[in-house]
Amino acid sequence: MKRTPLYQQHADLGGKLVQFAGWEMPIQFEGILAEVKNVRSYTGMFDVSHMGRLEISGTDSPDLLDKISTSHISNMSIGRARYTLICNDAGGIIDDTIIYRTNENTFLMIPNASNEGSVIIWLNQCIDDLGVDVQLNRLTDATVMIAVQGPQSTRMLQSICSSDLSQIRQFHSIESNISGNAVKIATTGYTGENGYEIISDTVHGPEIWSTLIDMGVTPCGLGARDVLRIEAGLLLHGSDMDAKTTPLEAGLNRFVSFDKSDFFGLSALRSQKASGIKKILIGFQLEDKGIPRHGYNIIYNGNVVGEVTSGTYSPSLDTGIGLGYVPINVFERHHNLQIDIRGRMAKARIVSLPFYSRKK
Amino acid sequence: MNPTDRYYSSEHEWALLNHDETVSIGITEYAKDELGDLVFLELPALGTSLQKMQKLGEVESVKSVSDLFSPISGEVVEINQNAIDNPEIINEDPYGEGWLLILKPSNSKELEDLMPASEYESFLEHLEH
Repeated sequence: MKRTPLYQQHADLGGKLVQFAGWEMPIQFEGILAEVKNVRSYTGMFDVSHMGRLEISGTDSPDLLDKISTSHISNMSIGRARYTLICNDAGGIIDDTIIYRTNENTFLMIPNASNEGSVIIWLNQCIDDLGVDVQLNRLTDATVMIAVQGPQSTRMLQSICSSDLSQIRQFHSIESNISGNAVKIATTGYTGENGYEIISDTVHGPEIWSTLIDMGVTPCGLGARDVLRIEAGLLLHGSDMDAKTTPLEAGLNRFVSFDKSDFFGLSALRSQKASGIKKILIGFQLEDKGIPRHGYNIIYNGNVVGEVTSGTYSPSLDTGIGLGYVPINVFERHHNLQIDIRGRMAKARIVSLPFYSRKK
Repeated sequence: MNPTDRYYSSEHEWALLNHDETVSIGITEYAKDELGDLVFLELPALGTSLQKMQKLGEVESVKSVSDLFSPISGEVVEINQNAIDNPEIINEDPYGEGWLLILKPSNSKELEDLMPASEYESFLEHLEH
């Protein structure tokens, strides 16, 4: 099993370690609820070094990235970041990712840990098939990535960072330094809070983590990360979408630029848009006690109409919440469903996403 | 440390014989650490008769759900409403305030089939290896 360069820090802090996508990662430190609360009200941080970091460069890299993603990439200004989807020809989602433009012909892509291998294969295949001048450089093992998230994250990070963080707009990144060492700092995250993702080399990454711990930033595990992202209505590839799901079914239409001349999956998505989708991702909130979990059945009128893809107890709403797919006709007509919680039918209501938004 | 005044089951529940011959039931420190933050607790109604090893309820944490099994046979004579309303007290004090319910045992000899604290601790060591 792979370990991130912060593994020793996690073990020393008493993190409870579990296997996730081939990595040994902390699922929790103090406790999931306390960690969620800290991120929502103060600041917490996550080791996200297990996620991929792929540098994509070469004169054809802007065009290639346009070809493989559902959003416009080549028109991004330097420093801009964009959430996008990588689809196959059938419009199925191979991965969702953030792409940063670091230079005219240099980009950084962050695939999910569980999809890094398949994304690399897909990219290499596209590079070969199209015969383009693009180099792929895997930086995952040479770097550390730390997500610092929460309302106090700017204040905490500013005290050790040389750049004026208040000047970085959302979904941008800058080259900066922390305690005198070069890092990339991006205003991205997966929690629904303001926050940063820091990419450092493997020598200084652990030092940054320790410095932030000493400053009182709460270490958080994957358990809290999952609760936070579900509350924020953010999907997890492999659970809430996969290569057999399209962005339209997953409710990710706003990340598909139908005005682009071409990208993998465009014609399939155009025809699905014209003919209409048959199933759709919903967010639901329980009105009875209980926690919906991955794989539980969604019931309407006594019939199984779908399956829960993600679910959790939401500390922010003090109720069970979840995501899942239902047929489009159920979604359009019926907002009162049930979730089969191990044989007990719990009332659930379809609600719009996100479940939680931070106070502006 | 697991208190020595009570018995333990391989399902990580404890059973404490009270002075009035009733038996209090709860979950162990190990169980609550494995489960993480508890958010729901489901217990049987007062008067329910339970057989030894019969499902008596469920504890649900943010990450997982676990069935509770009755370590002995008996009738439910009291349930801890405070633990149902505030499951976090089970995390905070599993051997005290976080008790789950009280049974009137139908055969108190069944307690002897359970493990004393020392044996339960060897059992835990065995689990961790």
